Amino acid sequence: MNRAFLPLTVLVLVAGCSSSQNWGWYVIDPTTESGWTNVKFLVSGMGATIQISLIAAVLSIAIGLIVALPGLSEKRGWRLVNRVYVEFIRSIPLLPMLFWVFYGMPIVFRSMGLNIPIDPFWGAIITLAVSDSAFTAEIYRAGIQSIARGQSEAAQTIGLNYFQTMRYVILPQAIRRILPPLANQFIYIVKMSAFASVIGMQELTRRANELVVTEYRPLEIYTLLIFEYLLLVLIISAGVRWLERRMGSDERGQ
Amino acid sequence: MPDAMVELVGVNKWYGAFHALKDFNLEISSGERVVICGPSGSGKSTVVRCINQLERHQKGTIRIDGVELTEDPKSVARIRSEVGMVFQQFNLFPHLTVLENLTLGPIKARGLSRKDAEARARHYLERVHIPDQADKYPVQLSGGQQQRVAIARSLCMEPRVLLFDEPTSALDPEMISEVLDVMVALAEDGMTMVVVTHEMGFARKVADNMVFMDAGETVEQGKPEHLFTNPRSERCRKFLSQILQH
Repeated sequence: MNRAFLPLTVLVLVAGCSSSQNWGWYVIDPTTESGWTNVKFLVSGMGATIQISLIAAVLSIAIGLIVALPGLSEKRGWRLVNRVYVEFIRSIPLLPMLFWVFYGMPIVFRSMGLNIPIDPFWGAIITLAVSDSAFTAEIYRAGIQSIARGQSEAAQTIGLNYFQTMRYVILPQAIRRILPPLANQFIYIVKMSAFASVIGMQELTRRANELVVTEYRPLEIYTLLIFEYLLLVLIISAGVRWLERRMGSDERGQ
Repeated sequence: MPDAMVELVGVNKWYGAFHALKDFNLEISSGERVVICGPSGSGKSTVVRCINQLERHQKGTIRIDGVELTEDPKSVARIRSEVGMVFQQFNLFPHLTVLENLTLGPIKARGLSRKDAEARARHYLERVHIPDQADKYPVQLSGGQQQRVAIARSLCMEPRVLLFDEPTSALDPEMISEVLDVMVALAEDGMTMVVVTHEMGFARKVADNMVFMDAGETVEQGKPEHLFTNPRSERCRKFLSQILQH
């Protein structure tokens, strides 16, 4: 059964590639005029995907730090604030949270007498940033806790206050341990930004969906879409490796 | 006692159920050198860590220069500006150069200009005999050099009291004397010092008062000569004979 299955699969694939009946790469063939128009339409979603991801990542990195710090407190109440936020936020699936932010939050604002519209762009950014911040907060917490206690004690004994201790002593050391997992989260944000398509954001996935509706060529168009995300993620990975090398290249070993 | 620099009265400290300090009393006047010794777990590190409030005591009174330490962050900030600390593990900042280690506190906590802070740092590096290591990172120095940098870092804050928590315990034997020499010089200059150590030669040389602790209490205190030659308690005699026979 298995033996028969393998040649059959190969046969179907080969047939698919050779027969224009099943494959229609012409829809995204840049050498033809209509194909080139389609490719340009698809790739033009790149800007929005990059913008959403970048802004959401920056916000997530900031919110994550703010959420992580009470989690490191000696006071139980502060730690509880951190736990509740992290457990609650990371339990919400992205799509329901996106719907809640996009459709629900304007109603919350109106009930408070505020007229703050939420467009797809900011709706997607808020959702991605908040959703991801629960994870970045845990990354910060682990990174900061990995710095020996003696470091903050020494900082205290030379008169630094809490924020100075974090800023000048703990975070510069923790950042090297925080950066790689933080880069992972950035990649996660780029991929999850695809959900913004369902609230009408004109980004990569939305463009692909719209073209599929008119061209009827889901296989080819979604294949290109996958490679668009692959390209973005590879660029991020290369950037992070460059950053890591740069930070590790001086003499400041542990 | 108006001229007591550091005063501990009936200080108690618990770690969970463990009673680390039991009604502990100690008085240190300005310019006095106190050496605290005792078996491990006797609470000697806890004493110095309570004096600079790295640990909060639960009962009793600690006064630094007449000011009582309370929960009030202001009182803690005040003692931090008067009490320096040298740790067993040095706790230098590995991502900063020696000079940056020394100037961080003066610049950020004291508001000195970089120029003044660096001048001060170089002055104290001179005093601990490593003026030429200013631009190296801690990892490039030997243990003894690192501990001397740590002493210089404390001195840069110009404290009135300097606490030492087993400053030579993490050092290789051949580096101990270079650190002790620096400490003896500080003592001769009149620095008020509280030193937790097992270096009895150092104690004999500089200590005005020696405290022997066990199980969170002072068992005996007095001049080092007196404790060495004529200890009243059996516990103290036994402990000293063990560490002195080497």
